[in-house]
Parts: sequence; C-alpha cells; structure tokens
Amino acid sequence: MATNASSNVIRTGAGARFVIYAILILFCLYYLLPLYVMVVNSLKPLDEIRSGGMMALPSQWTIAPWQSAWSTAQIGVDATGLRPYFLNSILMVVPAVAISTVLGALNGYVLTKWRFRGDTIVFGLLLFGCFIPFQMVLIPMARMLGLMGIAGTVPGLIFVHLVYGIGFSTLYFRNYYQQFPTELVRAAMIDGAGFFMIFRRIMLPSSGPIAVVCIIWQFTNIWNDFLFGASFSDFDSQPMTVALNNLVQSSTGVKEYNVHFAGAIMAALPTLLVYIVAGRYFVRGLMAGSVKG
Amino acid sequence: MRLKIGKTLSAFAILAASASYAHAGDVEVLHWWTSGGEAAALTVLKKDLESQNVGWQDMPVAGGGGTQAMTVLRARVTAGNAPTAVQMLGFDITDWAKEGALANLNDIATAEGWDDVVPAALQKFSKNDGQWVAAPVNVHSTNWVWANKAVLDELGIAQPKTWDELVAAMEKVKAAGKTAVAHGGQAWQDATIFDAVAMSTGGPDFYKAAFVDLDPEVLGSDTMKEAFDRMSVIRSYVDDNFSGRDWNLASAMVINGDAAFQFMGDWAKGEFINAGKEPGKDFLCFRFPGTQDQVTFNSDQFALFKQGDAVSSEQGALAKAIMSPAFQSAFNVVKGSVPARVDVSDEAFDACGKQGMKDLAAASKSGNLYGSAAHGHANPASVKNAMYDVITAHFNGEYDSETAVSELVTAVEIAQ
Amino acid sequence: MSNTVRSQTGNDWLRDALPRIVLSPSLVIVLVFVYGFIFFTFYLSFTDSRILPSFGLVGWQNYSRLFSIRAWGIAVDNLLIFGSLYIVISCVIGLALAIFLDQKIRAEGFIRTIYLYPMALSFIVTGTAWKWFLDPGIGLQAVVRSWGWESFTFEWIKDSDMAIYTIVIAAVWQTSGFVMAMFLAGLRGIDNEVLKAAQIDGASNWALYRRIVIPQLRPAFMSAFVVLAHMAIKSYDLVIALTGGGPGTATELPATFMYSYTFTRNQMGIGAASATIMLMSIAAIMVPYIWSELREKK
Repeated sequence: MATNASSNVIRTGAGARFVIYAILILFCLYYLLPLYVMVVNSLKPLDEIRSGGMMALPSQWTIAPWQSAWSTAQIGVDATGLRPYFLNSILMVVPAVAISTVLGALNGYVLTKWRFRGDTIVFGLLLFGCFIPFQMVLIPMARMLGLMGIAGTVPGLIFVHLVYGIGFSTLYFRNYYQQFPTELVRAAMIDGAGFFMIFRRIMLPSSGPIAVVCIIWQFTNIWNDFLFGASFSDFDSQPMTVALNNLVQSSTGVKEYNVHFAGAIMAALPTLLVYIVAGRYFVRGLMAGSVKG
Repeated sequence: MRLKIGKTLSAFAILAASASYAHAGDVEVLHWWTSGGEAAALTVLKKDLESQNVGWQDMPVAGGGGTQAMTVLRARVTAGNAPTAVQMLGFDITDWAKEGALANLNDIATAEGWDDVVPAALQKFSKNDGQWVAAPVNVHSTNWVWANKAVLDELGIAQPKTWDELVAAMEKVKAAGKTAVAHGGQAWQDATIFDAVAMSTGGPDFYKAAFVDLDPEVLGSDTMKEAFDRMSVIRSYVDDNFSGRDWNLASAMVINGDAAFQFMGDWAKGEFINAGKEPGKDFLCFRFPGTQDQVTFNSDQFALFKQGDAVSSEQGALAKAIMSPAFQSAFNVVKGSVPARVDVSDEAFDACGKQGMKDLAAASKSGNLYGSAAHGHANPASVKNAMYDVITAHFNGEYDSETAVSELVTAVEIAQ
Repeated sequence: MSNTVRSQTGNDWLRDALPRIVLSPSLVIVLVFVYGFIFFTFYLSFTDSRILPSFGLVGWQNYSRLFSIRAWGIAVDNLLIFGSLYIVISCVIGLALAIFLDQKIRAEGFIRTIYLYPMALSFIVTGTAWKWFLDPGIGLQAVVRSWGWESFTFEWIKDSDMAIYTIVIAAVWQTSGFVMAMFLAGLRGIDNEVLKAAQIDGASNWALYRRIVIPQLRPAFMSAFVVLAHMAIKSYDLVIALTGGGPGTATELPATFMYSYTFTRNQMGIGAASATIMLMSIAAIMVPYIWSELREKK
C-alpha cells in the first residue's frame, strides 16, 4: 500500500496532532455532505421530501426509488429505467479509455526518449488542446463526423473522446517517462532493439502506476460526459449520463426527487468504484512521477 | 448569402440522412418529454404507429425546456443525421422551415382538414409560406393562477378579478404571515409572470405591439414602465428564498398551504393532481386578473424533417396519428394542456381542463389568442432571451423600472 | 542533462522516422480538431451565423455587440473572481490536507478515498444535492437554525453579490481532494536526508516546510495549475446545476454565456466572438506559463 511509503521525518506534538485530526475529520464531513443528502433522500418516500426536512433522515425507509430508477422509471417513451443505458456507456468508455491510454503512452515515449527538433512545440500544441471549451467544437465536430460517416454511432463517440483525451494522456505519460532512466533505453538500442521492442519490453512493464492514473482520469471524464454523449449519439447509443439527465430534468413534468437521487447515485457507481478500488494505486501512480517535472 | 448556404448545408444533411440512417418503416423521434406522465402519454402514439407497422425509435433529450434538444438537433442536422420528427416550439419551427429542412405536409393536411380544426394563431407556427410543416399536439396556456382554496377561504379572500383585487388579496395573505406568491426565480418563470402582467396592464393591442411587432415606441412606453412597476409589487409578495427555485417546489408551497398563489402555466396542474388534490375543491385555477378573456399560449408541435422529395409513408402515418382526436385527448388529459384541435370532446378532462378548452375556443374565435412571449411564441429566441435578461435583472432588483424600460428597448434592438 | 536518445547511424530511414510517424496521427488530429476548429470559430465570429453556420461577412459587428451586452462583462468578471479563488483555495486546502495526511495518520487510506471521491462525480449527479444544501429554506441554514442557533444565516446562493462564491465552494469541493493527492505524491517523493540535516541544524517544522518542502513541490503546483485552470475555464455543468446563471445574471460565466448565445439564442456569430475572446485570453495566460515550464526542463 502506498501508505507504507510514508517515511516523513518531521514530528509533531500531541496537541498539534489533535488539531490535525480534528481538521481532517472536519474536511471528511465537507466532502461527504452532498453524498449524504443524496443517499438520505433516495431512501425516502416522495411525500416526506415534499413536506420539507430534506436534510433529515427518512422516518420511513424505502428502497422503491432505487428499484424504480434501475428498471421502471420513465426515461423516454419506454419505462426502462437506467438499466439499458449502462451497456451503451460501457461500450463507449472501455475502447475510448484503452485507445487513448495506449496513444498517450506512445506519445509520451516518443516525446521523452526519441526527441526531435520541435518536439517541445508538438507537446505544447497537444497540451493546449486540453483547454478548448467543448461547447465550441460541437457544430464543426458534428460536420466532421458526418463527413467521416460515423455520426450517431458508437465509434463516432469513441473518436470524439479520443480526440479530446489525447492532451491529458500524453501529459501524464510524458511527465512519467521523463523520470525513466534514458540509459536503459540507450543500452537496449545498442543491443539492436527497435522502437516498438523497447516500448514493449522496457517502457510498458514499468508503466503500471501511471497507466492507472491515466485510466482513472479518462474513465471519469468520459463516463461523466454529457454534451458529446447527447449530441453525437443516436437513439440506440445514448449513454448513461443522457439517460440520467432525461430522468432528472423535465421542464413541465412532475419531479420524483427520490428517484432522481437514486438514479444519480447509480449512474455514478462505476466511477465511484473505480476511485475506491484503484484510489490507492492512484496516489502511488502520481507519486511515481507524474507530478514531478 | 446566409440563407442560401444554410439551405445547401441542410440539403447536404438531408441527403446524408436519407442515404444512410433512416430505416424504412421506422420513425426516429427527438423530444424532451421524459417525465413519468408525459412520456407515458407518448406511448399512446407509439402503439398507434406500431399497429400500422411503423416502428418508433425513441430519442429523448431533456433539459432547459427543450433547449438541450435543440442543441442536439443542430448537431444532428449538421452531421447529416437528422431525426425523422422533432418536438419543437414556436419560432424554432419557423427558423428550421426557413432553412428549408422541413417536409411539406400539405397533402395530408388537406385530406385531413387541419385548416378547419387548428386555431389560426397556432397555424402561424405550423405553417411556413402556406405550407404545413408541423403537426401541433397541444396548447399550454400560460396566464393561469393556481390558488390554495383552504388558504383563501380561511382569510375570506374571493377570487380576484382585477389587479387591485389581486394586490389586496396578496396583502391579506402577507398580513396573515403566509407567503402570498409562490415563485421560483428562474428567468423563464419571471418572464411567465411578466407575460400575464403586461397583458393585464396594457391589454391585447399593447401586448401584440410590444412583444410580437417589437415596436420600440411601445417597448419604451409608460405602459411598459407600469408593467415593470407591477412586477416590483409582485416581487414584494414573494418570499426571500425564491431565487433558483424549481417551479414544482413553488407549486408544492401552494399545495402545502404555505403560500396562496402561484402564477404558472397549466402544466402546474399535474403537481396538484399528483399530490391528491382536486380542482375546485382543494385548489382553484383561474386566469390572471385582468386577462380573463385572453389566452397566452405555447404549443408543442412535431416538425417533420425532409427525407428526400416526398413525405415518406411513415412520416405521414406519424402526422396523422398526432392529429387524431383520440391521441390529442389521451395525451392532453395527462399533460395538463388542452388539445390543439378545437373539435376534440372535453369529456375526459377535469374541471380546469374543461375550462381551458372553453377559454381556448372562445379566445380563438374572438381574436384573443396570443403567443406567449416568455415561451417563444411571440418573437424569436434571440429576442425572447434578451427580454429574459431585462425582466430577470429587474425582478432581482438590479434595475429600477425606468432603467428596465430603456434596457428593454436596447436589448431587443441588439438581438434582432 | 539531456534525456534524448538520438539515432546515431542515420542510414535507416524508417528507423529514423518511426517515432515521428507514431506521433503524427495525434498531431494531425489535434491540428484539425483543435486548431482547425479554433480557426473555424474565429472565422464564424465575423459572419452573420445564427441558427447554423453561414458565411456572410459582417466585419466587427459581433464583437461590438458582444461588448455592449451587460451579461458578457459580468461573465468575464465572474471568471476572474471564480478562477482565481478556485485555483488558490484548492491549492491551499489541497496542500494543507496533504501535509496533515503526511503525519503518519491512522486510516490514511480511508480518509484519502473520502477526499478523492468527489472528483469521480459530475455535477449532473451532485447538482441537486448541492442546490438543496445551499438553499437557506431547506439546507444548511435551516438545519443549523433547527439546532437552536436561530440567527444563523447562510443565504449566499440567493444573493447576487455572493452567489458566485457558492460556486467556488462547490467547485473546491470537487477538486481539492484531487489536488491533495497530487501534493501528497509530491511530498512522498522528497528526500528525507535533507530534512534530517536541517532538523539537526535546529530548524522548526514551519521553517522546514517553508524553506525546503514547499519549494520542492513546484512540479506538483504546475500539474495542479493545469488541471485547475482547465476545470475553471470549462466550468459549465456546475453553474447550470447550482444557479442556472442566476440570481439574475449574477453567476454567468463565459462558458455559459457562449453556450447560451450559440445554441439557446440562435446568435452563433456572437457566440463565436465570445469563444474567440475566451481562447485568446486562455492563450495569453497559458502559453507563456506552459512554455516557461517546458523550457526549463530541457
């Protein structure tokens, strides 16, 4: 575990430690509050929410909102719940994350170990791409997807996420590989190993921690994306966030807040799980170099 | 030339759409009716089509009263992947028709006699250049007041018929320690009230000159200032916690008896019914004082996108199904609105619904049916939103009435 | 120190070109889909585009209109307030929590997960919960008052002057834990020998952190800054979920402004003009920063 890596030599007194614990716990409350509001209200009947006391614990516990959000709530014309949209999201997220991670790794490898004239400019160009506001690219992107014949398809969505994920995945891998001893690469070259051979045999085996960071980052961003998911999907490829939005946002309809909260937590479960399961590797991955110049 | 290139773009789009994506015999429908009742009502339409062997491909995108769906539509048309039919409001239909993207439904309309059963004020949006391009589903009217009957009875308040009576009634409620007006501070809600207030202050001619013809003199007139002054009066009867509140939470305040009135369109009825309240017994619905004869409306319509030269058979089937009296009745009973056809039986509707249908028919006949400015049926989206900015800023105390009037004039000018 | 491996022989064309060939798809994609689109938007800002792109040129009209719209000024001011507070507060909280967590804390892994999880959630998911929590009628204010502190007031979200700060609170909530993780990783990478030596010299804890630890975290600051700046500029869901830009137009940001003019108001030309201004400002800040950081590492 990454915690074991803690070898801080700075010592603090008992009084200071008490204050530190108090502050840490206070911040735990701050971070947990919205989740508390969501969980509590997803387990209440609607009447209880309507009559106020939205922060209170349920006086009558129910899991009906959860069942409804999962399988019977009205998303569109059909009362399918969120269930069918899970698969759509997964079909989109898994390839998009896999490809952008591999691409980021290759780019990082080239930019640090096979440097060429102008490579800093290339990296700068890729990095600045992270800052483009997505609302701006909607129309031209739609046009390009149409020209490429992948509008309204899952490959189209994957492509879009790939395009706007390159900047960050390259950033992560580049910073990580920068720490990697160049001597090893040089030695392998002298032994006659080629470009891909070095990547596969030398770089990849030690890329675990940063791959975790990159995967978590891309997974979260792509899973949570709404704008692209809504604009570039078809009736049969709408991702989870669009379905959640349809459940939660209705302008002239009755709002079932308890179902909304249950649905929201459900839609967030995969990313939450990724953070909880992979969280420990996350800090380790960051430690292993991504934040070191 | 803007128009020409717009047309080329759409033409390209439509070509691509018909070439690759439209499955014969299916309709893909983009809409934002996703909440329980309204989505369930749409299944009536879906089943009707399926009985004619036309498949329904559902493409719901909710959010912002349809603005999210309009964004998606823009992306889909640009990509050459336009849906078969799209739920649209008011000027959006006109805009798309001008781009040359919508199919001509005249043959069906003539055969089915739409011209005779749809009010002329609605036809203004369903038709472009004399061509039917959209099939209207419903008419929402926006100048309603929803009141908690128990609260009014307890305080001895009769249904207010004029502005002064309304002010007196609000004062009484406030004195009794309750919230007089339940309101949510979102731009469109502020504007919904402003619609009714302006209509009540200046009458229908003023309303038309200001919001439809956008006459700068009328926009900058003293009557407009008076309307803003009345908004300030209403503001003083709204609780302090109003900003950002969803309209249905405001309805809940009236339902629970914490507040006396809500000024909101007829979709609010669903909240009352769902809470187990009965119209006439637990709550009252009546027109905003001073607008008893007028109806300001917005109407959901389905615009059909061109697929090649002729209207495809499944599009025809969809259009016919939408306009069938059975669907119009079944859908609107659930939705809280009234049918777009004026010849549908009111049997299945509750007291408020019957009232609404009667008002609509009467207003249509007497020329008192006006598109709601707050809901995009009086002027284009750019102007509508420019007006939102001013109305909201004024309602939140950022402008006094005089500044609001002059800001309104400049904002409308920039937006045009 | 150079990390570079240059191919020495030069007789193998493929071997020489291969790295660049591998990199080129990414470069081409970015050139077209980022810089091409930026150019397209720049061009649109001089046209009369409304509902769809059109190509009738109108000169500087969109820009002059843009700057006469009151909401744009508010949006720009708000981004300055929001962006600077958000970045500074997230960094301060992130650094403080990282330093505290680095004191051999029990259950560190557990606490860390709690700090990190908000990053996993989008504001489509947490927006309503935040809105309720900040609402004085049902949220924090109501709860504290029900505990007996009757005069407690927290109604920033309803107040035009303060609402932008509630956006900061929610945004900091989402990312400060992530920033904490970055700093924590940086702290764990610091060489203890230096610290020990300084300790022997009698330096206080405060001095140790100020003089030795924090300066060494500079790369972590760079990463945090890039992540935070990009989140600040793209903040859209957050505002829509919490306030919808209100009360009035008090919490409008350039991203919401641009979306609204391009898509809701059918004034694509003005939307494109605002996007152009936004991008130029981003470039003015980010390019020198990225450049100096990258050059230094050569």
